[in-house]
Amino acid sequence: MLAMEYRGPKRVRAVQKPMPEIKHPQDAIVRVLRACICGSDLHLYNGNIPDTRVGSTFGHEFVGEIVEIGADVTKVKVGDRVIVPFNIACGECHFCRQGMFGNCQESNTESTAVGAIFGYSHTAGGFNGGQAEYARVPYANVGPVIIPDDMDLDDAVLLTDVVPTGYQGAEMAGIQTGDTVVVFGAGPIGIMAARCAWLFGAGRVIIIDKEEYRLEFARNYSYCEAYNFEEIGDPVVFIKKITDWLGADCVIDAVGAEAAGNALQTITGRKLLLQAGSATALHWAINSVKKGGIVSIVGVYGPTDNLIPIGNAMNKGLTIRGNQTSVKRLLPRLIEHVQNGIINPKGLITHRMPLEEVADGYRMFSDKLDNCIKTVLMPPTANQ
Amino acid sequence: MKDNTVNTPVDPKQIKGWGIDADPKNDPTYPMRDRMNVGEDPKSDERPYLQPVNEEVLKSIERPNVSAVFGTPEPPRGLSGIIRRQAYKYSENQYKHWLPMILADRVDMIEGVLADLTHGHVPNIFAERGAKMDWKYNRSGFITRLATISLLTAGAIVLFSSKGKNKRSKKRRRYQA
Repeated sequence: MLAMEYRGPKRVRAVQKPMPEIKHPQDAIVRVLRACICGSDLHLYNGNIPDTRVGSTFGHEFVGEIVEIGADVTKVKVGDRVIVPFNIACGECHFCRQGMFGNCQESNTESTAVGAIFGYSHTAGGFNGGQAEYARVPYANVGPVIIPDDMDLDDAVLLTDVVPTGYQGAEMAGIQTGDTVVVFGAGPIGIMAARCAWLFGAGRVIIIDKEEYRLEFARNYSYCEAYNFEEIGDPVVFIKKITDWLGADCVIDAVGAEAAGNALQTITGRKLLLQAGSATALHWAINSVKKGGIVSIVGVYGPTDNLIPIGNAMNKGLTIRGNQTSVKRLLPRLIEHVQNGIINPKGLITHRMPLEEVADGYRMFSDKLDNCIKTVLMPPTANQ
Repeated sequence: MKDNTVNTPVDPKQIKGWGIDADPKNDPTYPMRDRMNVGEDPKSDERPYLQPVNEEVLKSIERPNVSAVFGTPEPPRGLSGIIRRQAYKYSENQYKHWLPMILADRVDMIEGVLADLTHGHVPNIFAERGAKMDWKYNRSGFITRLATISLLTAGAIVLFSSKGKNKRSKKRRRYQA
């Protein structure tokens, strides 16, 4: 089968690989119908996540059709079209029982710092991802959710990560009616977090980035204020100024390790890898939130350390909340929102490319070329 | 400054879905279990069916066992594999775990190129880096980058060849003397 293959930092290609096999009675094999390149794939692409082995296939955002099931799979059957949450969860462990499907104890041998994620290095369990024609899906009784008949596959594929992660970013921010919410990062997750902040009753939503085309997109898609941090001076002072000098009630970091805006963070975090990525957005989040406010982290960082003003967080009495998204927990509600026209996931898609051109897709998304917001990869077998 | 607030309705309640998921009880603190009404934890011997371990799987020392399912692609191999095996002897709490892993990733990259060459495949680095997109959408940046690399390479070649020439002429002079 055709699959994306990682060859080293900033080098990927499409190659023929062996078909995935059933390894566990609860496994299923899906024929991938849509796969996306995610902003967090760029951390792998840039070589920032330890134990990303050459030969791996990325891709944690995919939907597909079940073509084979293990002996114990009862909840889905061959022929079902399913949304595959990006995290792999057993549904029964200490964490899954609390609805923390992103923190499953029974799916990642190689690290306890993170749950298992499709196509996201051996640090996240060593599973191949869905940027391929076929993928192995463990715990098929737990993760996959059948795509409603009336749902577009383009909407469905964004329910695997982007929509739930944006939504959980807003949820974790503990937004109360009328709150001012600042979102750092106008990538797909930040745009979705800004859109979802309204669902929790925000009174004002502000998004900060440096890419003008993304800010313009966010203004139209998320109905929010949007500012370019290269034009506003010190973003923390700017936010204080526009919030009556108190700071925002809630701040969402939707950037993570690839943040720009601070030379020291960029050099130590992204170039020299002395930190687990550049923590500029988180730094700004802590300093621009109100005393007693809440910082919600959905931006992804590596597993080592980052330079952040933790002393300020303590002195300001902040609540800092972060997690990998519990996609399975949120899907029923989010499917309703999509069906009721409250959220329009496919509105984020700007590019569609054949899987054969995966290297071009990564380059385009990574360098933000051609006003790229979200790229969907189409495997050759998707139209069969 | 531009009026960036133009797309925010004067009354946010006009936005479709506004406040639909508002939850005044959303207290973002752990544990979630209070909200999820979870009963007792599963007993430690109550585990799902275990995926057979037929290949080498490196295990974090912060857990007692191999998880019930695990990924099987790309088992540790070569020099990078030796480094990874060493790294996994230390907990995730230690740099001795993560930093060698990053080193192993870079070694793995070189091993990957050698493996390609061994199999008679010369990797097309330009294609793998998606240079076509750069050429199409960022031509000036592409040309600048290419010119910089060419200049640095040419400079390095000139530098090393002149050093080599100096060494050779010094040797010759010594021999003649």
